[in-house]
Formats: sequence, C-alpha cells, structure tokens
Amino acid sequence: MRRGFWYHSSVAVAPMSNDFSDLRKGMRARVIAVPEHNEFAERLQELGLTRGTEFEVTQIAPLGDPIEIALRGYRLCLRRSEAAGFQIEVLP
Amino acid sequence: MTATSTTVPLVALVGNPNAGKTTLFNALTGSSQRVGNYPGVTVEKISGTYTFEGSKFECVDIPGLYSMRPRSADEAVATEVVEGRGESETRPDLLVAVLDAANLERHLFFFSQLAEQDLPMIAAITMTDLAAKEGRPVDLAALERYLGVPVIAVVAHKGVGLDRLRAAIAGELREPSTRARGLDSLESQVDAMSERLARGGFDVDRDEIRRGLEGDPDLANRFEEMPEFLVPFEEARASLTKPALHDAEARYAWAARVRTHVVKGRPTPKQSRTDKIDRVLTHRVFGLVVFASVMFVVFQSIYTLAGPLMNGIEWLFGKLGDFVEPQLAFSPVLQSLVVDGLITGVGSVLVFLPQILILFFFIAVLEGSGYLARAAFLMDKLLGWCGLNGRAFIPLLSSFACAIPGIMAARVMPDPRSRLATILVAPLMSCSARLPVYILLIGAFIQPQFGATWAGIALFGMHLVGLVVAIPVVAILNRGVLKGAKLPFVLELPVYQWPKWRDVWMTVFSRGKVFVKTAGTIIVVLSLMIWALAYFPRTSETETQLKAQYAALSPDFQAQVSEEHYLSEKLTEQSYLGRIGRAIEPAFAPAGFDWRIATTILMAFPAREVVVSSLGIIFNLGGDVDEESTDLRQALRKATWPDGRPLMTPWTAVGFMVFFALCCQCMATLAAIKRETNSWKWPLFVFVYMTTLAYLAAVGIEQLGRWVGGSV
Repeated sequence: MRRGFWYHSSVAVAPMSNDFSDLRKGMRARVIAVPEHNEFAERLQELGLTRGTEFEVTQIAPLGDPIEIALRGYRLCLRRSEAAGFQIEVLP
Repeated sequence: MTATSTTVPLVALVGNPNAGKTTLFNALTGSSQRVGNYPGVTVEKISGTYTFEGSKFECVDIPGLYSMRPRSADEAVATEVVEGRGESETRPDLLVAVLDAANLERHLFFFSQLAEQDLPMIAAITMTDLAAKEGRPVDLAALERYLGVPVIAVVAHKGVGLDRLRAAIAGELREPSTRARGLDSLESQVDAMSERLARGGFDVDRDEIRRGLEGDPDLANRFEEMPEFLVPFEEARASLTKPALHDAEARYAWAARVRTHVVKGRPTPKQSRTDKIDRVLTHRVFGLVVFASVMFVVFQSIYTLAGPLMNGIEWLFGKLGDFVEPQLAFSPVLQSLVVDGLITGVGSVLVFLPQILILFFFIAVLEGSGYLARAAFLMDKLLGWCGLNGRAFIPLLSSFACAIPGIMAARVMPDPRSRLATILVAPLMSCSARLPVYILLIGAFIQPQFGATWAGIALFGMHLVGLVVAIPVVAILNRGVLKGAKLPFVLELPVYQWPKWRDVWMTVFSRGKVFVKTAGTIIVVLSLMIWALAYFPRTSETETQLKAQYAALSPDFQAQVSEEHYLSEKLTEQSYLGRIGRAIEPAFAPAGFDWRIATTILMAFPAREVVVSSLGIIFNLGGDVDEESTDLRQALRKATWPDGRPLMTPWTAVGFMVFFALCCQCMATLAAIKRETNSWKWPLFVFVYMTTLAYLAAVGIEQLGRWVGGSV
C-alpha cells in the first residue's frame, strides 16, 4: 500500500507502531489497535485478530502476499493490504 | 425410543468452514443426500436423512460460517436457516455445533454465538486425533462442563463416535439436558470470578459468587473497598445481559479462557510434517514449479483425457440416431424432431460429463489433501490485483478446456462476490470448442499468405484475447455491477493428509448429477427450440420442390454440388433461422459478414461446436466437413459478395475469429450459469455483454482493415 505524507506524520505520533506491510517471515507481533467502522477489520477480528492478540508470521507467499500468521493456536492467511489499518507492535 | 410424533426432527450441522462438517454430514446421512438451492442466492442447500433406532431424522448441512453476524447475502441465508427466519424454512429442532479440536479458540468464538440461539445443542468435536498428535489433547469432560451441552468426539471418516452422536441427538431431542453456555453464561462468569478471587487469596464459595452475580448484594458489599475485585465483578454482571453479536474481543476472551482450561499443552500449533512439506510446496521456486506441474496434469486431463470419452458419447448418440431414424421414416417431422432435436440435445448434455467428472475428481483430491488452499495461496497475488483472488485460478484454467466445469468449479470460492465475478468471465476463456474455428480460418487466410510462424502467433493470440478482455471486465464488474459486501480474502492452509475417498466420490457423483438434472433440462429444452427454428417452415412438398429445382439446374453445377448438399443448403436458407440470418445481414455488414456468415453465427449460438459443419452446409459442401477440409478453406477464400468483391479479407477472418473468441455461443454455459447463480439474470447478462463485445470487436477489426488498406 502506497501512503502519502499524512501517514508519515501520524507515525510520528505513535513511533512504536508498525503495520502489516512491515512483517517478515518469523517475526512476532501484537495487535495494539484495530480500525473502526471497517468491514474487513470486523471480519478479521471475528477470526481472532483482536486487540492484544499475539501472532507469528509463519509463511509468506512467493509473490510477497498473502502472508500466513499463527494466532490463537491456528493459522490464517490474509492479505497485507486488507489488514491495513491494524496497528501492531513487533515483538522481539 | 418412545417418540410417537409423526414429524421428522430437523437437525442442523453448523460450524466454521473446514471444521470437518461435510465429512461428518456425509458419514451421518450416507447416500440419502439431496442438493437444492436456497431461494435467491447461490448457496446450495444440502440435506439428507438417517434412521436411528427406528426413527427418522432430517439433517441439513449449513454452509460454513465464521460468525452469526452475516456480511454477504450467502452468509445471511445460512444464519437465517439457523435462526429459522428464512423463506419457507422451518427452524431446526437441534443444532450440532461442529468444533475443530485443533483450532478450538476460533470455533468456540462461533459456539458462543450459537449458544445464544436457545436451541438444544450438541458439540461434535472433530480432529481430536490430530490435536492429540500435536500434543494438545482436549479434555472432553471439562469442555462439556464449560459448554453445558453434550460433547461427542467424532472421527467421521472412520465412523468413530457416529452412533454416540446419533444417540445424543435422539436423547437431547427427547429431553434437552442443560442450556448451552456461552459468553453470557452465569457459570462461566462464576468460573472467572472464583479464579480471580483465588488468585487474590480469597476462598469464596461458588454458590455465593453465583448469588452475587444474580443480584444478591452481600458479595458486592464485601468487596466494596477493593476495586480490583469490584470492577470486574460489576463488569461480569453487566455482561450477563446479552453481549453485542460483534463483540469479538469479549467472545475471544471467553474462548481463550475455556481453551486454557480444557487443552493441555503448547498453545502454538506444531505441524512438523506439514511445515516440512510446505517448505517445498510454497517455496518461491520449487513451489511454483510443483504448482505448474499439478495444474498441467489437471488441465491435460480435462483437455486430452476427456476427449476419447466425449467422442465415445458422441459416437453412441450418433449410432442411436442412426438406429432410430429409419423407425420414424413415416413422419419426417417427427424423425427430425427426435433425431436432430431430442437425441442431439441429450447427447450435447452428456458430452460435458467427462470433463465435469474429471475436474471435480481433481478438485476433490486437491481439496481433501490440502493442496487446493496452497494453490490459492500461491496465485492470489497474480489474480488479486484485478479484483479476483487466488481461488479463481482453477476455475479459470479449467475454462480454457471448457467453461462449464470451470463455472461449476467456482464453488471452491466461498466469497460470493469473487465467485460471481469468476463465473461471469469464465466463458471468455478460449475453450476447446473454439479451436476448430481458429484452425479453419488460420488455415484458410493466415497460413497461405503469411506462413507458419504467423499462423502459430495468430493461434496463440486468439487464446489470449479472452484473457486480456477479462481483466477490464472484472474491474468494471467490481466497480459498478456486483453488489454486496466485500469480504477480506482469508484462507487456511490445512494439514496435509490423504484425501478421504468417500468424500471424493460423493463430490464427483453429486456434481455430475446436479449438472445433468438441472442444467441438462434447460439445454434439452433450448435444443428443441433451436431445432424448430432451423427446421420450420417446412412442409412435405418443400423437398420435392427443391429436388425439381436441382434437376433443372445446369449439369456443370450438378457436377460440383451434389443433390444432398444442395438440399441441406436450401433448407437451411429458407428456414426461420436462415431468414433471420438474411434479415440481420445489414447489421453484420460493418463487420464484413454477409448473410452466410450471419446464419452460421446464428446456428452456432446454441453450441459453437457446430460452426464448421454449418459453414459446410452453407457453402454447399454438406455438414460432414471438418476444420482441416481443403474444400471448405477454398470455398471461404473464393466466396464473394454479389458485386464480386471477396467476402473475406484476412482482416475479416481475424474479425470472425475474434467474434468467436468473445461471443457467448454456448447455451450449456448459460444453463450452467443459471444453475450456479440460481437466477436467469446472470446468464442473460453474460450473453448480452459477450455478444456485444464480440460484435464491436469484429466491426472494429474490419473497419481498421478497411482504413489501413483493404486486403493486406
């Protein structure tokens, strides 16, 4: 996802937050904020990607997207672009 | 069993996609399944019956759901069946919630919503063997306490637990044990509170907590000074009123709590064998190589392997026609109706069966083994940018052999919107029935003038035309035509396993049956209509008159054209179809088509397979010519307009081929779309948009040719 100037200015407010485009294979992360009034986000939360959920990136498709994450004892593939708006923090 | 009631109880199987619902359903109901449609949507209604201890039970397999809060029309139908709100739906008497032991948290999220349905419930736990193997066995007795309903472990394909499940269903219907406990359940809140108090060093009796949560002020008073207990206590009391259906966070908190109590072992899945296989199969090089090889085998099988079977079916129906024809010689109309209309029509339905059965065999094997999801994972990026998704790959690939199995294969796509988009563009892919047209025209116009290299390029190009046109079509469909919520593309890569052959067989069988029964009926009816258009108006005198005309012609002409070929051409010309062809000639003139080409196009609308033989008839060579026929190629090259201009330039020939590449000349495709979308709107839409595109393209190419300079 291409983002403009405004996005970067909001990063400055919350310097710790990342989003799904930053994830690499093997990284662990935690969801710190979910977008509101967003149908995609609602479905992804119903699939377990709620605030506070920790997950690990287990696979990335050969063309870079979708990615597979392990969360809540199962694995889910999703597109990075469709999880845009989820703020996550990468865990060490 | 004491039940004397005459009504058959309705049991609904509900659960997440991939919960093992279908395998369980197949095992419960065996071969008694019926496949129907819910009104107005594309979702199939799959139901069946079974008998247990002398009583009959009706069983319905509800399409997989992630949530009781529907996002699409198809999901809405599934939730309406559970809630008994659907049109002409009776509410189920009992729900069997199918829960995957290896993925308990997410399945419990859904269970917490089902628990609010106020229906007797049973939890059928699948994949317990897998969970145990992963070192995460589920404590079923503890789970039963948390859920408040009977919990039965089943391994459906081995038949394990089926009779216990049937017995539990019968028992719960006789007298429901307790109410299902979900998020709003008092007991789970009592659990949480007593845990919290225990951690704080307080030993409070569960009964006391229960009374407190029910409104007894004693407990609240006791903790008044301790907000660390009072706040969660008040929250728990508030949450006992029904939570909002979409409150994912609260439901998952409950699910996680239950899971930690019933599952021992590591919380992250360890799929060592599957991970090892995936290291190869989703690898950026080997993964794509294996993928290409698998797709090659699938495609070759429907493209090549089906060929002899299809020829066999055609041969059989040809023989049947030959056998019946003399028996009906007393009435030429009846003879033609039965042989050219009915037998040909039924034959043209059955001829698609080999491809459908073979494709669904592969899909069932790929799905059962877990590879189908990997294929979608690998290809999603490739298809995602134009508004489809990775699951569209197999339907579209299959459509290059034949759009009908391709359209039916689109049911591997759970998202109704992408599925519809795939169905609507599948007929644009260049199917094998278009090949003869390309070979005939390239052989007549391209190869002699431009050589074999250009002939090869032209053939390849014709196969690309549909694909290239499909991209903007999907983009436009997504912007303007398709309605309904867009769902995020999600996918689960299941554990690799051997396909369950019973499921494979049942998929293949039920797809074949559905096609013959529903699409087949439409195809036969349309065949009869087209037959009538091509036969009438014809009286018993027509043939005699034409024979007399032929006899009066010059011997030169008679030497060139046999009486039989002359008759079939004249009969076509004077039929309603031929008359319409003549009438619409002006419309096709900008494309450089005369009435002969226009009539051929009309004759090919029911099925483009007939186009070469139609051209044979129209050009006085009889219907037995094939695409390699030098006579037909010669005739096409020599054909002229009444004023002596050549009928077809290479530009016209390319326009004609592109017309065939884009035009929807296949009523079986339209019948399949009607079946799969459960509406006449979409086949009509496909017919109109494809025919319009084909016409505009043919006109565009011819006009470009004239502008560039006539015959190249």
